[in-house]
Amino acid sequence: MAVYRRTYSSYTGALTPAWSRWFVLFRYARRNLFRSKFLTAFFVACFFYPVLCLAAIYLAHNLAFLEQIGAPSGLLVIDNKFFFYFMNVQGWLAFVLTAFAGPGLISGDLANGALPLYFCRPFSRSEYVLGKASVLGILLSQITWVPGIILFVIQATLAGPSWAWDHLWIAGSLIVSSLIWISILSLLAMALSAWVKWRIVAGALLLAMLFFGAGFAQAINAVLRIDSGHFVNIAYLMTTIWNSLFQIDAERAIPAVEAAIALLVYCGISLGLLMRKVRAYEVIR
Amino acid sequence: MSTTAQPGAADGAAQQKPPAAPPAPLPLVELQDLSVRFGNRDILCGLTASLRGRAIGLLGPNGAGKSTLINTLLGFYPPHSGSARVFGYDIRTDTKKLRGLIGYMPENDAFISKMSAVSLVQMMAELSGLPTGVALERAHEALFYVGLAEARYRQVGTYSLGMKQLVKLAQAIVHGPKLLILDEPTNGLDPSARQRMIGMIHEMRDSGEVRIVLCSHLLRDVEDTCDEVMILKQGRIVHYSDLNEERRSNRRFLEVEFYGANGDFSEAIEKLGCECALRSNRLKIILPDGVESRDIFRLAAERDVRIRKLNFRRDTLEDIFLKAMES
Repeated sequence: MAVYRRTYSSYTGALTPAWSRWFVLFRYARRNLFRSKFLTAFFVACFFYPVLCLAAIYLAHNLAFLEQIGAPSGLLVIDNKFFFYFMNVQGWLAFVLTAFAGPGLISGDLANGALPLYFCRPFSRSEYVLGKASVLGILLSQITWVPGIILFVIQATLAGPSWAWDHLWIAGSLIVSSLIWISILSLLAMALSAWVKWRIVAGALLLAMLFFGAGFAQAINAVLRIDSGHFVNIAYLMTTIWNSLFQIDAERAIPAVEAAIALLVYCGISLGLLMRKVRAYEVIR
Repeated sequence: MSTTAQPGAADGAAQQKPPAAPPAPLPLVELQDLSVRFGNRDILCGLTASLRGRAIGLLGPNGAGKSTLINTLLGFYPPHSGSARVFGYDIRTDTKKLRGLIGYMPENDAFISKMSAVSLVQMMAELSGLPTGVALERAHEALFYVGLAEARYRQVGTYSLGMKQLVKLAQAIVHGPKLLILDEPTNGLDPSARQRMIGMIHEMRDSGEVRIVLCSHLLRDVEDTCDEVMILKQGRIVHYSDLNEERRSNRRFLEVEFYGANGDFSEAIEKLGCECALRSNRLKIILPDGVESRDIFRLAAERDVRIRKLNFRRDTLEDIFLKAMES
């Protein structure tokens, strides 16, 4: 057993760069997150659909096998719709993952008054939010645009450079649509957990916001006979943007630009609420 | 301890240069008309002070503004007007540099319940800029130092109140700060734990490596550990004293509790050349040379005054505090 000095001693050694400190928070938060076996299992399960897609891409390029099993030639087409469905499935998985992982990131610190311990150090509120948001950002990226881009690269390799060049915009759509979804989910989850300071309730609120939001939007539209009710339905707004980014022909009640502006407003409100709560001490005026 | 050369010292010694006076320590905290306002309420009103002690006590009743002053020095609350400097750094503009020099032990519960004490203290060290390996080593050292060696792998949420206080102290000292701010460090501690906490504060103060600001409403804690004290009341400084100076200059006085006296008794005592202060049936008497307690007994016997209690005392911090509160 090591023998530790039992005296006070100051520290005069080298310090890590100030810009890298948010990464400390990321490391610890991520480690804490994966202590949950359920979350780890769910995270692994999130890769089931990408593996299925990978198999589909492989099969689409093995015509001999398809002919052997008697499948029609146009059954497996790897195009924008294929990646749109991929994005939909992974997007919803990302939402469920956020509902489990997101609220616990901040609520614990707020419930136990740990924020003064962070902010009495050379560590700002923005770095704190960045450190916590990066956990969700990286976690959700791992199940959305990262496997999406891997699938795109594999498809491009198998289909040849002309397909890759013609469909390069799909790669951009994958990244942009994922980043919008990740931003709104992360900020919403953190803002809700900062306000209710209770992990389970914050998770439930996030789920309710999406599911009840859809019902509420329908009710508004039906009662007032308008389409603006969709602005309270975050899932609808996101799907509208995905439709536009993946060039899917579908009837949408509101244009993609308006949906994007609405999501931007949601992000701004969430960030505002978050920054209001993430303080060393709350001032009661 | 005085280092002044005495006149009439030996010739050889007189030719020697007197030893240079030790350089006055840099002001730790300088307040210049500092005011803090929440909404329309003035919490701190025009504080001006220059504090230089190794350990500075902030005293005051609840709501006096002690914690607000600390939080303002840490940059948590912006000053409404005036300025404050810690180690010469402006709290408005050099907040990050300043926080790198400070270790802070908050008053209220502050922990992450699902983390072990080692992980929590290591993370706080890393956030202060220590590399991972060094942070882990110092986290163990800090927890050994505060006396949580055996319990350091337990989740902090399972700790008793006293243990949580110790973890807060460990995270405050883990990065070896130059200034340690302790907000009510003995809250919730049993007598032996309190004694140990006071002992640690003593030891850190005497190491000379860290200066301490201790905020408490427990006078004994401040009296035991601090050499300078600032008393706040309703957001204003009502008293400042250098406790070492106070201890040196504080004359011994006689405290007399009696029955059946009138103004005549205290007048008779004053005629002996004593300084005298009467409060209900208590007299505080500073005896000049040549006057002894038996003279007081004699005067009491002559006037049929019954003395109930008589003892020699010095002004305690409590006396200073009560005087400041009355003013």
